[in-house]
Order: sequence, then C-alpha cells, then structure tokens
Amino acid sequence: MGFDTETAVAWIDTAATVVKADEARLTALDAAIGDGDHGANLVRGLTAAVAGIAEKEPSTPGEVLVVAGRGIVAKTGGASGPLYGSALRRAGKALGDTTDADAVQLGAALEAMLTAIVELGSAAEGDKTMVDALGPAVRAFNDLAADGASLPAAALAAADAAEAGLAATIPLQARKGRASYLGPRSVGHEDPGAASTALLLRALAEVTA
Amino acid sequence: MTVGIVLVSHSSALAGAVAELAGELAGPEVAVRPAGGTDDGRFGTSIELIAAAVRSAESGDGVCVIMDMGSSVLTAKTLLVDLEDEDDPPRVRLADAPFTEGAVAAAVLASTGQDLDAVVDSAEGAWSMRKL
Repeated sequence: MGFDTETAVAWIDTAATVVKADEARLTALDAAIGDGDHGANLVRGLTAAVAGIAEKEPSTPGEVLVVAGRGIVAKTGGASGPLYGSALRRAGKALGDTTDADAVQLGAALEAMLTAIVELGSAAEGDKTMVDALGPAVRAFNDLAADGASLPAAALAAADAAEAGLAATIPLQARKGRASYLGPRSVGHEDPGAASTALLLRALAEVTA
Repeated sequence: MTVGIVLVSHSSALAGAVAELAGELAGPEVAVRPAGGTDDGRFGTSIELIAAAVRSAESGDGVCVIMDMGSSVLTAKTLLVDLEDEDDPPRVRLADAPFTEGAVAAAVLASTGQDLDAVVDSAEGAWSMRKL
C-alpha cells in the first residue's frame, strides 16, 4: 500500500492530533523568540483542515491535501497558515489524479511542498525556519525513494532528518520572521516552525508505517 | 474611477486607522479598505478578509495592496496565487512599501486618477521620502 486517500486523510488527522497534543510546547518555543501563537494558530488551521476533509469528502490523496491546505490558509491566522497551506495545496496538485501514490510520487509531492514554502517565504536553509527541517527531510525521503526504498522507510528517514534539522536550528540566528528582529538573541532556541514541521513528518511516518 | 487601496495589518485597529487617515488625505473618490486581524477578531491575518477588502476596493481600475509584515505579506501573496484560478479576476498588485507612508502616498496619487502601476510606484517611492 502506498499513499492513498485513506492514508492522506490519516496524515492530516494525525497531524492535527499531535500538534494539538504539543500545542503548549510549540507555543512555549514561539513565546521565546516569536509572538507565542504558533501552537494555537496551527491547531486552528489543522482543525479547519480536518473539518474541510469531512465536508468535501475528497476522493484522491491529492484532493485531500488541496482541501486541507485550503482550510489551513483560511483559518490559521499566522505566517504558518499561508506557508503550510500553500505547501499542502502544491503537494496535492503534484500528486495529480493518482489514487495511490508510490514513494517516488510522494517524494515529488514533498519536493513541491518545499518549493512552495521557499518561494512564498523567501527562506533558505540556515535562516532558522521550517525550511531547516523540511529541506533535509525531503532530501532524505527522495534519496531513499530514488534507491527503490519502500514508502514507509523513506517516510521514517524523512521524519528522522526533520528532527535532526530541528535540533540544528538551536545555534542558528534567525533571519526571517519576528525572531529576526532579536538578532543574536534568537540563538539558543529551537525554531517553532521547524518544530511543527518535524511533527508533521513524524505523523507522515506513523500513518505510512 | 480610481485605483483602490487595501491595507493589510495584523491589527484590525491599525489597518482601520491608517485607512481612515489615508482616505481623509486622498478624498472621497478613493476606496481605501482595511483588512486587519483574523476573521475572529484576533491579531493575525485572514485571506478571506483581504479578499473581501479587494472586492470592495475594486472599481475596475485595479487594487494596490499594502501589507505591514510577516503573515500579512505571505497571506497577500497567497491571495494573488488564488486569484489566478478565478475567471476574470480583479487586477491586484502588492506594493513593497512602508505601511502608513505608503498608504498615504498611494491613496493621494490614486485620487488624481493615475493607473495601478503609478499608484504602486508612488507607494514604493515612500521609502525615499526623508523626514529629517
């Protein structure tokens, strides 16, 4: 089994559950260097994504991600809304009409997510943003997928790489968002956007395992 | 008809006050519409509020959108992408401008009947208007 409609729905459901469970941690990370709303915002966005899926009953994994992205854009309220929302919509479009994406197809969709975030946010790796978790995750996923690895193995490697990328944001100085106004004082904290990205990729690994 | 102006801020009060100020300086012909805060009244940004403000400001000559920072910019950019999928979308340009000064510069020029590109240039030219 690959990444089919049911798996895509499970990914968004699980993402909503784990982000809700970790809302206080995300908010605390964001309170240190951001405006302290990342957890609450993302819970709101993912709740709208889950509600949108229930209402629209999308019939392909690509459609699931497009509908979820639309809900996240509409209801999140912070910068993570347009970023994750555009990313999921772009990933959904990359999946096209397929009903059951294999590892290579899902890898291309994850690459499309990364491209959407980089384009919209104009962030590069090293800026202390979600790109620092997503970039390594997408590379890890696609390296394995290109070698013919299974989708669960690639997703597991992506989740591990995202968590390593998150840890690597601690010594970085932020160059994007509110944290960038803090200059050197942004050093020494995990980036909240990278933290939520790591949660989303761990959720993907769980639902594809 | 004149170019419309939409002001996107994290704060509903800030967007509303700057819209009032720019509208006062530009005169009644220019539609200056605020899109501040989230759709449930918190600090943040709402794509639906921005889209509604754009529709309200549009009179056929296009709309110049001026954002404060962060999610205001990202959400406005996302709306532009969404508009590409619409049939007969309004002509919308984002101005890379200081919020208050850009809003006033854009609204005042719009009141003279100049086109959208000129209004955006006027907003962006506000960076070089020295105060001291």
